Amino acid sequence: MSSDLPLVGVRPDAGERTPARRRKAGNRKVSRLTSRDKVVLGIMVAIPTLIELLLVWLPTGLSIGLSFTKWNGLALSNIRNAGLSNYSFVVHDYPPFWPAVRHNIIWLLFLGFIATPIGLLLAVLLDQKIKGSRIYQSIFFTPVMLSLVLVGVIWQLVYSRDNGILNHLLGTSGKSNAIDWFGDSNVNLWAALVAATWRHAGYIMILYLAGLKGVDPSLREAAAIDGASAVQTFFRVVFPAMRPINIVIVVITIIESLRAFDIVYVINRGTNGLELISALVIQNLVGEGQIIGLGSALAVILLVISLVPIIFYLVRTFRKES
Amino acid sequence: MAPQESASTPELGASSASGFSRRTVLKGLGVGAGAIAAAPVLAACTGGSKPSAGGSASVNTTSKSTSLGSSGSDDVPKRAIQAMIDAFQTKTGDKVSINTVAHNDFQNKISTYLQGSPDDVFTWFAGYRMRYYAKQGLAAPLDEVWSKIGANFSDAIAKASTGDDGKKYFVPNYNYPWGFFYRKSVWAAKGYQVPTTFDQLKTLCAQMQKDGLTPIAFGDKDGWPAMGTFDYINMRTNGYQFHVDLCAHKVSWDQQKVKDVFDNWKALLPYQDKAALGMTWEESAQTLAKKKSGMYLLGSFVTQQFTDKTVLADIDFFPFPAIAVEGQDAIEAPIDGFMLSKKGGDNGAAVALLEYIGSAEGQDAYAKIDTSNIATAKGADTSTFTDLNKKCAEAIANAKSISQFFDRDALPAMANNVMIPALQAFIKDGTYDTKNLEAQAKTLYASQ
Repeated sequence: MSSDLPLVGVRPDAGERTPARRRKAGNRKVSRLTSRDKVVLGIMVAIPTLIELLLVWLPTGLSIGLSFTKWNGLALSNIRNAGLSNYSFVVHDYPPFWPAVRHNIIWLLFLGFIATPIGLLLAVLLDQKIKGSRIYQSIFFTPVMLSLVLVGVIWQLVYSRDNGILNHLLGTSGKSNAIDWFGDSNVNLWAALVAATWRHAGYIMILYLAGLKGVDPSLREAAAIDGASAVQTFFRVVFPAMRPINIVIVVITIIESLRAFDIVYVINRGTNGLELISALVIQNLVGEGQIIGLGSALAVILLVISLVPIIFYLVRTFRKES
Repeated sequence: MAPQESASTPELGASSASGFSRRTVLKGLGVGAGAIAAAPVLAACTGGSKPSAGGSASVNTTSKSTSLGSSGSDDVPKRAIQAMIDAFQTKTGDKVSINTVAHNDFQNKISTYLQGSPDDVFTWFAGYRMRYYAKQGLAAPLDEVWSKIGANFSDAIAKASTGDDGKKYFVPNYNYPWGFFYRKSVWAAKGYQVPTTFDQLKTLCAQMQKDGLTPIAFGDKDGWPAMGTFDYINMRTNGYQFHVDLCAHKVSWDQQKVKDVFDNWKALLPYQDKAALGMTWEESAQTLAKKKSGMYLLGSFVTQQFTDKTVLADIDFFPFPAIAVEGQDAIEAPIDGFMLSKKGGDNGAAVALLEYIGSAEGQDAYAKIDTSNIATAKGADTSTFTDLNKKCAEAIANAKSISQFFDRDALPAMANNVMIPALQAFIKDGTYDTKNLEAQAKTLYASQ
């Protein structure tokens, strides 16, 4: 870390010498990099690399290392080797783990087969030349921009057992048969998924709208001349033409389902039917109940699962380029 | 927002744990990256007085300013702490800046908070929780303060303020009993009698249910309130000492005595609010205020929720009925108070503040606003006590043993990561797995 400090420190000096150098380079008219350019380029490469190393790879490495230890997160001298015991504990003795895996899979399927198609539908509808298209777009995109606190507050208003809109509409508000949308573990996952869809669909919609705008209009004209209906045009011509976007959407949906966290954490910190792997990681790494080794093991498991779609995506991308 | 912040920075939490100070991180990263990395740390850091250079051992006795980190974020404790600090500032001319953090967030971040740049004085709890951070060297010993305030406290409370090394680390402010709270008018109208045995309690619950009430108000969305029910049934079934041993994992969870606790609880489960898992304790308190429930097993802080004076005057209290052993001898009465962070140990004004808090005068200033708790200092003003206060104080004074709450008597990870989901699962469908509880306890206690 310290060896890179002078790079930053050098900059003012380099600035003082610039006028002379620029003149020299201009006279020679050689398009080679001056040593100043090299320094600048070096810094431009080094700083992001350093940030990436420090904030991504170092913590990742530390997490992997810590997952094989027992540690209370306080003094470094307390770290002890634990071998694979954290992993075996998670798989065999940790009750929330398998429900969390199951919920993550449900989350993926729900986003993939319901939320993403809704986003797609919105995009296709708003891509038509209808009045106020921009306004609708803004409305559907708003949830994507809201902070999770607001999302939590808004859905609390909808779902609250005694005062929520939903129970009012169902006519069960304040009665004993009111549905406890967030407290009943049979329904709270679905309630949370609807809230998640509310955000996810807007996100997908914007991506698809961008994709649709990029589709060559002559393709549609050709399809129209050939007598294809709107539906046929979309599924046979437009949709296949958006293949790159489709891949991005698939990857985003998978990643969203793996990193799903905020909504369940706002509801009840990921307990009682809302367990997700990401929430378990936080429960074990942050706060009073800090068990670093265990939390790290859960984080590594999540990392390994996440790598699958990432590798899939990278392989696709590079294959196309070559 | 706090959850998001802690969510996105587990690695940072870990790295600050490994001995980076904010300053070295800043130095190492350059300004841009440093700002990103330090943001969560900065959020936890709160101004106030800076640590004296080089962490010298000498106490800065001329310092006139200090800072207080407070988890008293609810309205009543917030105003009460302010009143106490105002009284201290008026008396000494010292300046105290108060940093209030949402109650649960404060607790969840305590480890990183104490390792980062904590305030000099901070609110905390007696029990295993206090001893744990004292043992890790994150709190400053208070023997000097106790030499001045020691006479104000009973032996039991002095013992509860002592760390594993025999030094004092804690200045108690108040404690409060857990028990059943109910509305006198409702009970008078229906002719209910205070139950003293478990069978009487069950009969009463059945009657209340027949009368269209939810017999026992219950809100466990946050997970911890259910521990109070567990503690009481455990102490009444197996005795105070078993509670202490079980919390410290000196005895196995996988044994008949623990199963008995759950089985006894099963008899009460049908009478507790069915919607417990979706409600916070504050929401449940409203069911008592609105006369929808018959009684509420909670700490006396429940009365903070009754802002309507007529409701408050209508509240009464009785200790948890006897089940098998020790009758009603033990009471759950957690002690809240203040500690001095390691850094605050160098600040004379912080020490002076704690001396003031440990005096009857200081505790009176607090109790004037927060009337739901019982001041711990001898000589504290009891003249303004309501009947309910007197009853609570009496129940504590008469108890042969005083337990802290489960999450204060046990390893925090055991309370947060094991008991909360286990109790929520039990509340849901009455199932429990003591073998698994033991397996989890074994792993977690071994990690410490």
